[in-house]
Formats: sequence, C-alpha cells, structure tokens
Amino acid sequence: MRTYRVTLSWFVASCLLSLTAWAQAVVDVSAEGDFQENLQEALILAEPGSTIRLPAGRFELQTALSLDVPRVKLVGAGMNETVLSFAGQVAGSEGLLVTSDGVWLEGFAVEDTPGDGIKAKGVDQISFKDIRVEWMRGPNAENGAYGLYPVESTNVLIDGALVKGASDAGIYVGQSQHIIVRNSRAEYNVAGIEIENSYYADVFDNVATHNTGGILVFDLPNLPQMGGHSVRVFNNRSINNDVANFAPEGNIVATVPKGTGLLIMANHDIEVFGNEFADNESVNVLLAAYPREYNDANYNPLPRGIFVHGNTYGRAGWQPDKAVAELIAPATDLPIPDIVWDGAVDGIWAAFFGPDEQDRIVINEADDTTFANLQFVKDMILPWGASVLTDISDHAGSREPLKAVSLPQEGAN
Amino acid sequence: MWAFLLNCIRYTTVILLGTATIASAQPVNDAALMGSRPAKMLSEYGLFADAPNQLPNDRVIAYDLQVPLFTDYAEKYRFAYVPDGQPATYDVTEVFTFPVGSVLVKTFAYPADFQLPDENIRLIETRLLIHQEAGWNAWTYIWNDEQTDAVLKVAGKVLPVDFVDASGQAQSITYVVPNKNQCKGCHTFDKAVTPIGPKARNLNKTIRYQGEEKEQMVHWSDTGLLVGAPDLNEVPRVPASDDMTAPLEDRARAYLDINCAHCHRREGPGSTSGLFLTYHEPNPTAWGYEKRPVAAGRGSGGLDYDIQPGDAAASIIHFRMASTDPGIMMPEVGRSSVHTEGLALIRDWINQMK
Repeated sequence: MRTYRVTLSWFVASCLLSLTAWAQAVVDVSAEGDFQENLQEALILAEPGSTIRLPAGRFELQTALSLDVPRVKLVGAGMNETVLSFAGQVAGSEGLLVTSDGVWLEGFAVEDTPGDGIKAKGVDQISFKDIRVEWMRGPNAENGAYGLYPVESTNVLIDGALVKGASDAGIYVGQSQHIIVRNSRAEYNVAGIEIENSYYADVFDNVATHNTGGILVFDLPNLPQMGGHSVRVFNNRSINNDVANFAPEGNIVATVPKGTGLLIMANHDIEVFGNEFADNESVNVLLAAYPREYNDANYNPLPRGIFVHGNTYGRAGWQPDKAVAELIAPATDLPIPDIVWDGAVDGIWAAFFGPDEQDRIVINEADDTTFANLQFVKDMILPWGASVLTDISDHAGSREPLKAVSLPQEGAN
Repeated sequence: MWAFLLNCIRYTTVILLGTATIASAQPVNDAALMGSRPAKMLSEYGLFADAPNQLPNDRVIAYDLQVPLFTDYAEKYRFAYVPDGQPATYDVTEVFTFPVGSVLVKTFAYPADFQLPDENIRLIETRLLIHQEAGWNAWTYIWNDEQTDAVLKVAGKVLPVDFVDASGQAQSITYVVPNKNQCKGCHTFDKAVTPIGPKARNLNKTIRYQGEEKEQMVHWSDTGLLVGAPDLNEVPRVPASDDMTAPLEDRARAYLDINCAHCHRREGPGSTSGLFLTYHEPNPTAWGYEKRPVAAGRGSGGLDYDIQPGDAAASIIHFRMASTDPGIMMPEVGRSSVHTEGLALIRDWINQMK
C-alpha cells in the first residue's frame, strides 16, 4: 500500500512536471504592443528546446532579429500568413541571424531586408521549412544579397522554401557541410540556388526559374573552407532563366550570363542527373574554371570529376549573354550546345591527353544532346590554337554514384 | 561651483579619475554580478559611487583606449573591476585573461553640444560584460529620462539622439542599443563571448589619474588589476589615429584592428569573408590588398577589390565605411553615421598604397 502511494505520487508529480515543462516550452509571441520587442525578447529569453510561435499578420521590423538559443523552433502561421517586413529596417545586415545549434525555422516570410534575409552562421543542424524570403519590388540591384544564407554550418536543411528577388543568390549555402536543398522554388534572383565552397550537398526536386542563372555550384579562393566537393544536383527543373543579371559588379555572380541553367565552377566530384534544363537563352549546362586572377596557392580553380547523366535538355543558347556570347559563341556558333566545358585542365599533359580518370568529365546523355569542349588550355598552348571538340562520346563512361546526404534533424544517424 | 567641477570630472572620467578618494560605503555587489539572473537596475551592482556622474566605486578602475571603436561619436566611459586579490593576467596579443567575477563597464553618452562637452550630458546606456562561471555574459542598461538609474533591456532599443557636433552643426541620429545577441555579434572569439578592448597594445598609453600623468599599464599593475605585465618598453602599442608622428600604415591598421578585427579575424563572426584585419595579419590578400569580395552583395558597390591600391574610391572597404545603408555599411552594427575622420584615415592610406 505504501509502495503504491509513493509510486502514485511520483506518477502525479512527474505528470505535473512534464505538463509544466510543456507549458513553458511553447511561447506565443503577442501581436499586441511593440512586436519587435515582444519577438526579440522571446528569442533571447527562450529556453533551449522550446517552441516560439509567431502570430498570423504582417509586422514591420526596424532592426535585425537574432536567435542564439539552441534547439529553438520558431514557427509561424505559414509563409503567406506570418510576414516579417524589414522595409523600414535601420540597423543590422540581415533580417534574422541564427547563431545557435539545432534551430528549426518554419512557416513565415521575411520581406524586403536591406541586406540578407535569414542568415545562420557557424551552427550545426539548421532547418528552414516552408520559409519565404522575398523582395517585393522584383529584381533590383538595391535588393539584399542572399535570401536563405546558412554559412560555415553543418547539417543544413532547406525544404519547401520560396525565395524571390535576391541580388546575389536566393538560396545560398556557403562553406558548409552536409546539406539538403529540396522542394524549393527560386525565382527572379541573380542566382536561384547556389552551393559555394561546400561539401556533401544534395540539391533535388527544386524549381529554379526566371533567375539569371538557375543553379550554381561554385568554389572560390581565399576562404577558410575551399575545395568544394561531393554535390549531387538531381531531379530539379532549371528552366526559363530569363532575368538580366542585376548583381552589383565585383561579386562573382555578376559574371553569370542571363539564361544559364546550371553552372559548375571549380569543385570536384559533382553528379548531375534527372534534371530538366530548358529555355535558358545562354546555355543549359556550363562547366567552367574560376575565371579571375587569384592569389591562393591552396586553391584549385578547375571543375574535376563531374558526372552528368540522364538529364533532359530543351531549347537553349539562342541568345547568349556575357562570357557565353563573348568566348563561347564565336567558337561554337548558335545555338550554344546543351553542355559546354571550357576545357581548362591542369597542365600540358592533360591538355593533350585528357585529365586523369578521377578528374574526367563523364557524360552519359541521350543521343541528341549537344556538347562542346572549348579546349581553352590547349588553345593557349598551341600557336595555331585548338579546335572545339563536339563529340560527346569522348566523355562516355561511368562514375561511382555519390552517396546520398542524410541529416540528423531528419532522424538519420 | 561643485556642479561645474563634477561636470568636468564626469566628462573626463575616463582620463581623470582616481578611485581611492571617492570610495562609497558599500563595496561592489559581487553576489549580484554572479547571480544567475541579471539585476533589473544598474544600481544594484554597486559599480558606481555616483552613477549619474559616472564616478566609479572603490576598486572599479576607469580606463581608456589608444584607439576606440567608433560609435556615432558617443562619449564612452570605461571601467574595469576584478574580484579582490584576483588580478587579470597579461597577454601580449589578445585580451587579458580576466578571472571569474570580473566586469567590464562601458557607458555611452552624448553632450547636448560637443563644443561644450562638459555640459548637459545625456547618458544613453551602460553595457556590462560580466565574467561568470559559464563564461562572459553581456547585458545592457538604458538610462531613464531622469538620469538617475538605468534599467535592463535585453531586446535592444532604437533611440533618437540629437546633438550639436564639434563644428556647430545640429545632428540627429538613430542610436541603436544592441539586443543581447547583437553584443555577441562582435564579442565572439571561437564562438565564446569575449571582451575586445583591453588588449596590451590598445591600453598602453599615458592617462591622467587625479590630475597626474601616469602610464595606464603601470596603473593597472599598481592597483592590482593586472599581473604579469613586462617592462613598459616591452609592451606593444598601436598609435592613436591622430598621432601624425606615427606611420600612416600603422595608424590605419590600428584603426581597422579595433573597428573591424573583432569580427574580421579567423576566430571571429566575419571569418566567412576571408578578410582578416587584425593588426598583425601578414597576408596582404587576407587584409584586403586586391582581395575580391565573397558574399558582399550590394556591399561590393560594383567594385572589384576590398583594397584597390592607390585608389580608395575604387576600394570596397572605403565604400562600406562611407555608407549608412544597413545592407552595405561596415561595421554592420554600432553606428548609424559615418566616421568622417576614420574614413579619411583609410582613404589616405589606400591612396598612397602601391
């Protein structure tokens, strides 16, 4: 009897405790009064592991928001129902900054930030679910640079996002590792989706349309994390990218030609399959070396070990822009072939006999797919130049498929 | 007469005050400093003998920096406190190691007229960096309208501030009190909250205590605030920005060091940019020489390099220092106006660069 009572009271006590814990773990941000202060205070005072709920409505913010408490879920009423507008922002270089691990952002919109939309820096397990970032006036050089901007982070999930109007990249993942970008839509940005200086990324089931360039996989010099690799781009639609480049000069994306489906610059071990590339007026797929001078002995500017297979190609290259017009069109004529490799390789041997097997560009596409290897390096070496190679079968072969990325926030180990 | 004297002292607190003569009855409230929750009112810590006049309590030492961070021309009164018998430890390059229980205090204030800097001073906020068992904690307190005490504010605040500047021009600025997280935006070293200012090279200067010229580093050692300092001639020193006897490059690098390098260093929040502006950074590309932007967005201003040697107008560093647009300006927090003098220093340095 005694034992029973003790057990029962323990049971009651633990129920009460967990109820209390649960009650504390959800905070509703009030739409009454000073919303900026209500929300920022909630973000600062949140307990680790708690949920902060944003009300439906449109809210004007004056300064940047920031979240530095681990495992917080920040959840709105939906990407069109809860809108955080930063049109009147006076301070802070982004709308929301996340600097703690395990944060989950879901169901709200960030509009019209003078700088970046949502930035997560140096964190583990950051998730963006059904988030919208948009500059309402459409493409404009005065728009902020990045919509969703995780950087120097691990285990990055971007799912169901909509990003419009970024003057650099709509969805940008930089210097990060273990990344999934899926089910998202990027429109009217300079770059729709950009994976930069990153390792182990899966980009799939996205739509990139009406950008300058749809999907970019870049690696740049002089950065703490370089040597981007192990990126899979698959089952995306990168179509109708028809917006003139509006990025401020100086940024690498300012060089992206209007109407680029996919641009892989530097990086190694990239797999591209099952995508649809169509109606891109410069080129559907471009594999290129970093085009600028740089001062960094540890940097490799070449794309190596690229495997392109099983994609579909629609109309492209009828009205090229920038470098595609200046450097590629004179060599290939119009339309620009579906897949273009600049042929920049590492040294004389590779220029004449092709790169080592692990660095080869391997292409397995339907018979009617057009291709050009511009042989830029060989062209520079030989006094009489080198002609463009258009035989896609030179690149036949196969490569070991890259492994899928799995993330701990989705229950993977 | 007393009011006038107090005002004089208040304005020059940083460089004038000795503390021994103004001891109040109550010592600093160590328990409040170590509490798991911050005090609601600044006065609860007992850091001041006379807080409205910024006269510190006994053992709270006023100090000054060789090159300060620019914060919209605000006057700053800085104080350091360590627990009794537990001095900070000297470090030749990084911030001194302060023991648990230490606090660094910085009050931001504006005189109504910078031509009469010792009159009508409005205290805006007092920021505390408190070293607790779990690490440094940052809190800010906003002064009430009566200027009698300051109240804790974790979510930050935007405050309009009007003043007449040193040239007699009326100025209206939007002063932004940072939220608690924004403190971390700058005060982060390898992901931990850390002080920025109290480094040997930036504290090594002469300063007036009780009307007497004194070496600040010597004063810190004499008052038990610091141990381990070598002979003064072995302590590094950065030149003041207006010290025309010092090389231009040293002054410019010192300015960037204190204004930028808390973020722009390998261990700081700005590491992603690859631009590293610490005073001793040896790699020219890393400190901006013909370095291309990475994620600058419209912060690039359409320019190719952070520093275009010989051409400040074509240099991104100069462009971003000259802006007050939140999507462009650098530093990204802490100012809403342009530091004309700092900008001129960087302009001169870049323009003469080969």
